[in-house]
Amino acid sequence: MTGAPVTAPASSGTTAAGPATRGAGSRRLYGARNYLALIPFHVYVGLFLILPTLIVAIGAFTTAQGGVTLDNITRMFTDEVFVSAFTKSIQLAVATAIAGAIFGALLAWAVVRGDPNGQLRQIVIAASGVLAQFGGVMLAFAFLATFGFNGLVTIFFKSYLKVDILTDASWLYGLTGLAVVYTYFQIPLMLIVFLPSLDGLRQEWYDASASLGGGGWAFWRHVGGPILAPSFLGALLLLFTNAFSAYATAAALVSQGSPIITLQIASQFQSEVVLGQENVGKALALGMIVIVSIVMAVYALIQRRASRWVR
Amino acid sequence: MTATPGTLGAAAPGGGALTARPRGAGRGRRRSPLQTSARIVILVVVFGYLVLPLFAMLEFSTRGDYGTRDLASYAAIFDYPDVVDGIVTSLEIAILTVFGMLLLLVPTMVWTVVRVPRMRRVVEFLCLLPLAIPAIVIVVGIAPIYRWMGQHLGVFGASPLTLAFIDIILVLPYAYRAIDSGLRTVDVATLADAARSLGAGWPRAILQVVVPNIRGGILSASVLAVALVLGEYTISSLLSFHTLQVVIYLLGKRDPFVSVAVSLAALVFAFILLYVITRFAPGAGERAERAPEEEPAT
Repeated sequence: MTGAPVTAPASSGTTAAGPATRGAGSRRLYGARNYLALIPFHVYVGLFLILPTLIVAIGAFTTAQGGVTLDNITRMFTDEVFVSAFTKSIQLAVATAIAGAIFGALLAWAVVRGDPNGQLRQIVIAASGVLAQFGGVMLAFAFLATFGFNGLVTIFFKSYLKVDILTDASWLYGLTGLAVVYTYFQIPLMLIVFLPSLDGLRQEWYDASASLGGGGWAFWRHVGGPILAPSFLGALLLLFTNAFSAYATAAALVSQGSPIITLQIASQFQSEVVLGQENVGKALALGMIVIVSIVMAVYALIQRRASRWVR
Repeated sequence: MTATPGTLGAAAPGGGALTARPRGAGRGRRRSPLQTSARIVILVVVFGYLVLPLFAMLEFSTRGDYGTRDLASYAAIFDYPDVVDGIVTSLEIAILTVFGMLLLLVPTMVWTVVRVPRMRRVVEFLCLLPLAIPAIVIVVGIAPIYRWMGQHLGVFGASPLTLAFIDIILVLPYAYRAIDSGLRTVDVATLADAARSLGAGWPRAILQVVVPNIRGGILSASVLAVALVLGEYTISSLLSFHTLQVVIYLLGKRDPFVSVAVSLAALVFAFILLYVITRFAPGAGERAERAPEEEPAT
């Protein structure tokens, strides 16, 4: 069909997508045909995203035999282990989101002050992309090489400073270690998300503030702060979901038990579990979807507000 | 003469340095010593935190016998055949993911712009949806589908290359944004209509006319896809496929020095990939084009 219509105008009447068929009568049919082209995309997303989600959602409410039950959901709310895993995941995500957002925003500010097309900025952005989205297992290893039993810092403290700080590396393999490593990849993510908003702060706004007698503090208090607040909040929520959903780092680092929810789901998934609990993992997964969806919905609302100023 | 910076910027799209210099100078005017020192402190402290573990990886992976330094751990990478296999598998998945993602996304997105703008929000929503569904949840839901594929589709169904199907889903949010920013910079509808009126069919209009105009966005989407596939652990480990990350993890239990060496090499490789796109992708050009607008010539 490539290139045919030009030499044979008559044939263009038969190809449905051709402009010649755009008669008033066939408009509705024509419109419907347009939607057909989107079918492959929808089928694909349906098969590999929507269907798995449905399997999780339906599985959460069924027994292994296929009967309807609320037991899985009830167990999620009553079983000490699951409640604690959700609580710890949320605490971890909140703490590292706040720490990551503050340090990331400061770093973004320090970077944006420089030359906008300079080397520093481009290197920082590329490095942030790697550390924020590539890491997982490898970042866990990086921290083992730093603070682990044979790590650089551990050995340094032990042999050179002769002080007893950080010499016992066991903190790294628990929740504290997770918090430290998570913060490590939250900072660059914050930088990537927040940098465009900082770029949107215009010189004229600063000049206007200055010409009215405002100093640096007055600018941030009355102009910069309020404009950036929605972007900052939105980024905070994004960081929360990022830490809340993270699995690889925890899998590589945590040595005992499954203290957080992603590890808990994985252990439910891997071990053929107790009779009657086959679908508890799906209930936990559904619980994660609900929490992340709520956060992302709030994020979308805030984002709409933020985009008013930052274009 | 205040107009000069803006006009220079407009006259030299992509010549970022021309616009950057005057802007930097303008900002420098109001930079107090306090701000400068705060900036330096932040850069040193936060950078220190970010660089320290990377430096530790370098130190750890170059440890030789009795306090010497050598590159034995790096040389040993190739002594482990499963590491090489993991790298090859991940690269193959990456190639499949890039082509699958482009094939799925580019025609669909071009079509929504040109013919059915009403569906644009729907496609955007579906593309961003994976952000709301953690990878671990996708594993739980997709395992039955993969079990079915393994049983009914023979060798193909059980191959690690099938991971590309999920990786395409995982990369959708990032790829969508990259291609969307490419599509926004050109008038795709006019381009496509022009190509069609000159006799090109849809495949040709998209491949030869639209694609070259959004190649920056396509390039970023592809590089992001490669980075995502090479870094993917959750799904491959739980579905028991030996991709790069899974192999690195398993190696960590046996020979931590070599696994740290592989990790650092992979991080550096990913950094080079991403650095190349931040330099040459539409983002850099966009900033240069936007500069005059941010700093009105008046």
